[in-house]
Amino acid sequence: MTEESFEPKIVGFLCNWCSYAGADLAGTSRTKYKPNVRVIRVMCSGRVDPLFVLKAFEKGADGVLIAGCHPGDCHYMSGNYKTRRRMELMRRMLEQFGINPERLRLEWVSAAEGARFAHVVNDMTEKIRELGPSPINGGATDE
Amino acid sequence: MSKPKIAFYWAGSCGGCEVAVVDLGEKIYDVVDAFDIVFWPVAIDTKYDDIRNLEDGEIEVCFFNGCIRNEENEEIARLLRQKSKVMIAFGSCSHLGGIPGLGNLSSRDETLDYVYRKTPVFGNEDGTMPCTTCVKDGNTIDLPALRTEVSALDDVVDVDYYIPGCPPPLPVIEGAVAALMSGELPRKGAVLSTEKTVCDECDKEKRKKMVGKARRIYDDDVDTSLCLLEQGIPCMGPATRGGCKAACPSANMPCTGCMGPPPASQEQGSRMVTAITSLIAVENEREATAEEVAEALASLRDPVGFFYMYSLPTSFLKRRYNDE
Ligand code: SF4
Ligand code: SF4
Ligand code: FES
Repeated sequence: MTEESFEPKIVGFLCNWCSYAGADLAGTSRTKYKPNVRVIRVMCSGRVDPLFVLKAFEKGADGVLIAGCHPGDCHYMSGNYKTRRRMELMRRMLEQFGINPERLRLEWVSAAEGARFAHVVNDMTEKIRELGPSPINGGATDE
Repeated sequence: MSKPKIAFYWAGSCGGCEVAVVDLGEKIYDVVDAFDIVFWPVAIDTKYDDIRNLEDGEIEVCFFNGCIRNEENEEIARLLRQKSKVMIAFGSCSHLGGIPGLGNLSSRDETLDYVYRKTPVFGNEDGTMPCTTCVKDGNTIDLPALRTEVSALDDVVDVDYYIPGCPPPLPVIEGAVAALMSGELPRKGAVLSTEKTVCDECDKEKRKKMVGKARRIYDDDVDTSLCLLEQGIPCMGPATRGGCKAACPSANMPCTGCMGPPPASQEQGSRMVTAITSLIAVENEREATAEEVAEALASLRDPVGFFYMYSLPTSFLKRRYNDE
């Protein structure tokens, strides 16, 4: 794929109570943002099993975005803290796998932050575009 | 009437699986009574041609241990598959890739370079490197090449059953052999061990307590009556299939995961991320910064190497990539 024609595929897991509502707000406010994130609604960011992240990469995602409620605001009290721990460890592991950890991103987006959601999506899309296609599944190996 | 034929083979392995078979002790005589061992390189003098000369499917059961590391491993795996009715992956290496599977974190060239040029104790002043053809006294000798990746057996041939473990524990082998001899085999593709996890079989007391950081087993204040993981010692019990009766934790060593993922889980690493991050956390997390969270988890060394110690080639990501 050439540099110009590369459109990053990003899988986004958004928690129902904050970030999905935030994305909805971006939509109803007609905020324009990049169409590169495929959204999957989960009840809580804590529902995102690390397996989902690996599976998304295995299936060809160039990036994975997880968005949840700000610290203190999780509908289930501590789901987002668990997510923060898990994803920190996952990012370290991606690095060991030779995958740029920037491909996995965790963000806090509240229901009132439609503009922030749009900004996160645009920013991540551009960062992944710079990184290029994911090396997993057919991408560059070192031999 | 001639007895049904069986075969044993070692591919990329350490020899431990062979010892595990010998550990059957006098029970091996039951096997010899019931079957005719036609091929077993470690114990009897047979040649590859003996196998090539058999009819397809003439071997009743083949027990194949070791990973697929070089071309010879792959060639013999295909040959034995063709000649065997039932192909069994025996031990972690053929089941999941095994410890040699960690080689997938380095490229083949890096591995060769390290082993033949950089290993401090390896005297190789001339820089001789392995090659696949060599001419000696006018004769050409072909040698198998190292593959670029380590694979589990089912990556190259169809596998009927798996006997897990590094090496498989005796009761697991006995159970599998009994099932084979009675002909009462489970569905194809089954792992011939329990459906439980190592934690289910471990009798250490679990208290559902959190810790601030990971520790090592040799820290002196470890309470051996309590769950090791809950004391911050990485233990693969929750992400590992049982059958070994929690052999390692029973000896106060953390489980390293040799029996592979439990039935409900597709791979060990992601399962272990969930388990360990439920236990290791900074105090007062609400006020903690991302850096403090990262610091607490940094106490956990080499997560990929530990979580995938036996299963890297069959994990979701399988190997190292080059993502500049
Ligand atoms: S984590 Fe380890 S020590 Fe704890 S119960 Fe499981 S197997 Fe036993
Ligand atoms: S406790 Fe873990 S490492 Fe030890 S034999 Fe059992 S599965 Fe293997
Ligand atoms: S409900 Fe939003 S992170 Fe838990």
